[in-house]
Amino acid sequence: MATAEKKMVRLDPTDVKAELLKKYPPKVARKRAKQILINEALENGTPEITANVRTIPGIITMRGCTYAGCKGVIMGPTRDIVNLVHGPIGCSFYAWLTRRNQTDAGEDGENYMNYCFSTDMQDSDIIFGGEKKLAKAIQEIYDLMHPKSITVFATCPVGLIGDDIHTVAKNMKEKLGDCNVFAFSCEGYKGVSQSAGHHIANNQIFRHLIGENDEPREGKYRINLLGEYNIGGDGFEIDRIFKKCGITCLATFSGNSTYDQFATAHQADLNAVMCHRSINYVADMLETKFGIPWIKVNFIGAHATAKSLRKIAAYFEDQELIDRVEEVIREEMPEVEKALADVRPRTEGKTAMLFVGGSRAHHYQELFRELGMKTISAGYEFAHRDDYEGRHVLPTLKVDADSRNIEEIEVEPDEKRFRPRKSEEELKALEAEGLKFKEYRGLIPEMEENTLVIDDLNQYEAEKLVELMQPDIFCAGIKEKFSIQKLGVPMKQLHSYDSGGPYAGFKGAVNFYHEIDRLVNSRVWGYMKAPWQENPQLSAAYVWE
Amino acid sequence: MLLRHTPKEISERSAVTINPAKTCQPIGAMYAALGIHGCLPHSHGSQGCCAYHRSTLTRHYKEPIPAATSSFTEGASVFGGQANLMQAFNNIFSVYNPDVIAVHTTCLSETIGDDLPQIRKKAIKEGKIPEGKYVLCASTPSYVGSHVTGFSSMVKAMTEFSESTGKKNGRVNIIPGWVEPCDMEEIKRMSGLLGVDAIVFPDTSGVLNAPLTGEYKMFPDGGTTMADLKATGDAVGTLALGQWCSADAARELDKKHKVPATVLDMPFGLRATDRFVDALRTIAGVTVPEQIAVERGQLVDMISDMHQYLYHKKVALAGDPDQLISMTEFLVSIDMLPVHIVTGTPGKKFEKRIREITAETGVEVNVKAKGDFFLLHQWIKNEPVDLLISNTYGKYIARDEDIPLVRWGFPILDRQGHQYFPTVGYKGGIRLLEKILTALLDRKDRDDEDKKFELVL
Repeated sequence: MATAEKKMVRLDPTDVKAELLKKYPPKVARKRAKQILINEALENGTPEITANVRTIPGIITMRGCTYAGCKGVIMGPTRDIVNLVHGPIGCSFYAWLTRRNQTDAGEDGENYMNYCFSTDMQDSDIIFGGEKKLAKAIQEIYDLMHPKSITVFATCPVGLIGDDIHTVAKNMKEKLGDCNVFAFSCEGYKGVSQSAGHHIANNQIFRHLIGENDEPREGKYRINLLGEYNIGGDGFEIDRIFKKCGITCLATFSGNSTYDQFATAHQADLNAVMCHRSINYVADMLETKFGIPWIKVNFIGAHATAKSLRKIAAYFEDQELIDRVEEVIREEMPEVEKALADVRPRTEGKTAMLFVGGSRAHHYQELFRELGMKTISAGYEFAHRDDYEGRHVLPTLKVDADSRNIEEIEVEPDEKRFRPRKSEEELKALEAEGLKFKEYRGLIPEMEENTLVIDDLNQYEAEKLVELMQPDIFCAGIKEKFSIQKLGVPMKQLHSYDSGGPYAGFKGAVNFYHEIDRLVNSRVWGYMKAPWQENPQLSAAYVWE
Repeated sequence: MLLRHTPKEISERSAVTINPAKTCQPIGAMYAALGIHGCLPHSHGSQGCCAYHRSTLTRHYKEPIPAATSSFTEGASVFGGQANLMQAFNNIFSVYNPDVIAVHTTCLSETIGDDLPQIRKKAIKEGKIPEGKYVLCASTPSYVGSHVTGFSSMVKAMTEFSESTGKKNGRVNIIPGWVEPCDMEEIKRMSGLLGVDAIVFPDTSGVLNAPLTGEYKMFPDGGTTMADLKATGDAVGTLALGQWCSADAARELDKKHKVPATVLDMPFGLRATDRFVDALRTIAGVTVPEQIAVERGQLVDMISDMHQYLYHKKVALAGDPDQLISMTEFLVSIDMLPVHIVTGTPGKKFEKRIREITAETGVEVNVKAKGDFFLLHQWIKNEPVDLLISNTYGKYIARDEDIPLVRWGFPILDRQGHQYFPTVGYKGGIRLLEKILTALLDRKDRDDEDKKFELVL
C-alpha cells in the first residue's frame, strides 16, 4: 500500500480515543477510558494512567497468566535447574521451548532447558490430592538426572485442591540432601497478568537461592544484570560487551543463568536493572539485605547501550574502566553508524506502534528513534503505573485485592554480609554528578506530546488503531502478529522476536536496523490486490490479434 | 547434545512425564470450534490458558487465532466464574458479534464445578444472548484425556445443533477428526468426485489457511455453517474418521436422530483411504468414478517405483492415536518397519490396534499410550531407527541421534505447508510418500561415500 496515501487520513488523538471506545458497553468504555491516555505535558508532571488492573472478561486480551510469568519468563531461561510443573499436562507443554531463550552450557554442561517436566495430573489426583505424586515425581527426576536443584510450579487446580507444594518441596530437599528443592505458588488465576508471576518467582529466588554460596567470585567491577532474559541471544551480546569492557557480570537474572550465578549474586557491587517491571523489587531487596545499590540501564539501542556502560563506569569511579568503556564505544560505534547510514534513508519519517511487555514498549523506542521513526502509540501488556509514570508514584499506588495476594517479602540487612558498597556521602556525590540511583522515569515522559499511551491493549483496539492511524510497523506478540499483518501492515514480535536477534547492545542494534528495514520496505505489502482487482472494470473487450 | 540427560537405560516412571506427546483438552476444543463458520471460541478459565492455546495454534498455522477468555481472578476461582462468563457474553456480542460462541472449560472452572449449561440457560433467560445467536458448551477438564479428547468433546457438542425434520436430505455427514484445513478440503473434494453431498464438520478450511488481502476478517469465509450443522440430523448416515476424534459425535447423532454411524480409521495411506472410499460409496449408493481409481493407481505406482528405498527401513513415531493407527498401517503396507510408537493420549485400545497392525511384520514393536518423547528417545537409543515421524518436538531427538525427521502431526512450529498440502486420501498418500522418500534419500545423498554417490535414484 502506498504510504503517502495512508498518511492522509491521520486523525487527532482525541478522535482516535473516542473511536476506540465507541463500540464498548458503557461499563467497559468507562474502564478502558482510564487506560487510554493522550500524552500531554502537564504542569505538575506526568498524566496519570490506570494500569495493572483486571482484564475484562470476553475482551480478547494480549495478556497471559501468573504461571506464564513465573515459569516461562523468569525461571525458563535458567539452564541447570529442573523446572517441574505440578498440574495437568498443558501448562508445562505450552511453556516448552517457546520463548526462544538461548543458553550455552558447553558440550556436556547441565542443561535442562530442552526438557519439559510435568506431573501430568489426572482426575484422581484432583480428587485425592497430588502431593504424593509430586513427591514421587521429584524423586524420579532426581534418580534419573541428579540435578542440583528442582523447582516446582503450581498450576490453577493445585491451589484449588490445596496441595501443599512447599511442604513437599521442603521434605524432598531434606530427603535428597544435595538437591535444593523449592516451589512457586504461581497459580494462573492469581494477580491480573504475568506480572504477579514475575514477583512470585523472584521472591522465591531471593529466598532460596541468592546468597547460598559464599565462595568468593573473582573479577573486577562486579555487577549483576537484572531483568535480561536472553531472548534471541540478547544476553550473549551484552556479555560480550561487558567482557570487552572488563566488567564482570556475576549473575544475569535470568537469561542464560545458572544456579551458582544466583547463589553468588550477593557478592556483586552494583545491580544494573534492565526490565524495571519484572525485577525492580529484587534490586531493592538486594540493596536492603546486602548493601548493593542499583541503577536503571538499557541495552536496547546503541546510544542507550553506550549511556548505560558509561553509567556503570561512573559508578565504579575508576579511570581505567572509564577509559576502557570509552574505547569500546569508539570501537563499536563505526559499525553501528555504517549500518544506520545505509538503512536510515529508508526508515526516516516512518511510524511505529509498540504494545509489549513491561519495559520493551519503552526500550525499543530508542531503536526506532535511531532509525528516525516516531512511536505514535505505545503501551504495556502487564506493567504498573510506575513503569508508565516513573517511580515517584510508588508511594501513592493503592494495593487492590488482586495485588494484596501477591506476597511481599520483608527484608532486613543480613547480619554478617550486609556491606554498603558506597557510603551515603559517596552516593550523594555520584548523584550530584548525574548518576541516579533507584530511578526510573517511565515511558510517558519519553513519548512525544499527543501520542497515545494505552495499557493492556486488546485485539479490537489494536485493529482499530492500525486502521485509524496506519503505522508503518506494529510491535506486539505472537497472538497479535497475523491479524495485524492481514491488514497489510508488518508486525514484529518483541517478546520473542519471531526469529533472529540479538537486538541488544551494538551488534543487536545493527541487527534491528536491518530487520526493521526488511519489514517496512518488504515488497510483499504491495501484493495485496491482484491486477484485476485494482482495475475491475473492463472498458472494452479484448480482441485477439 | 540437546537432550544430554536422557539415559539409554530405561527406568520405570509413574509420576513424572518428560517431554510429553500430548497436551491438554481445551486447545483441541478451540481448534474444533474454529471449524464452525462465524464462531468465536471462548476459554472459561484463567486468561493464560487462552493465551497459550492461541499462541500454539498461531505458531502452527501462522494465522490469527481469535478466542476470548473469562479471565478468572482469585475471586472468581473462589466464588465461581458465572459472573465472568455472563459479562463475557455481553462484551463478545457487543464488540465482535460472532454467530456462535463455543465455550469450553478448563481445569480451573472444572475443579470449582462451574456448570456451563446452567450458566448458558441463565444467560438466555436474561437476554444476554441475542436472537439468532448461539452458545455451545463443552466440558474439557485438562486433567482428563488429552488435546484429542478435547477436540472430540467440542465436535460432539456441535451435534447439539442437529435437527431432524423427519425427512432424509440425502446428504452424508463426514466428521474428519483433527486433520489440517487442507485435509478437510481434500475430503470434500473426494466426496465431490464421488458425487456425494457431504456435510463436513468441523471444517477449518478457509479459516486457518486464509489469504492475505489487506483486510482482516475475524470470521473468515470458511467453516461449517449453522444451516449445515442443523442438517446433520437429516443425513442418510455419518462417517466418523478416527475412533478418538470423531466417534463420539457420530454416536450422538445416531442416538439423537437415528443417523446411522460408521467409524473408520482416518484416511491416511492406501488401505485406510480404500476403506473410506468404499464406505462412502456404500452409504451414498454411488459408483466410484475413474478419477479416484487413477489417483489410487498413482499412489500404488509410486510405492512400487521406490519400494527399494522403503523396504524394511525402521521407523519411530510419536503423535495422536487416530493418525498413528493409519500411519502405522501405511508404513506396514509399504514394507517399512514401524518399531517404536508412542502417543501421550490414553487408551488401551491404541496399543492393541498397533500390535494387530504390526503383527504381520514379525518384528517386535514398542508401543505405549500415555507415553512421552523421553521414552521414545530411550527406545531409539536401545534400537536405532532409520526415520522418525512426529511433530516438531521430535527434532531434538532427530538431531541428537542423527535421524531423518518427517514432520507430521501437531504442532509443527518450524516448517510450512501442512495447512496447504493434504496428507489424507490417495493424493495425500503420495505426498506422505514423497516426504518420507525425500527424508531418506537426502540422508543417503549426505552419507554415501564419494565413490558410491549416485545421480539416478
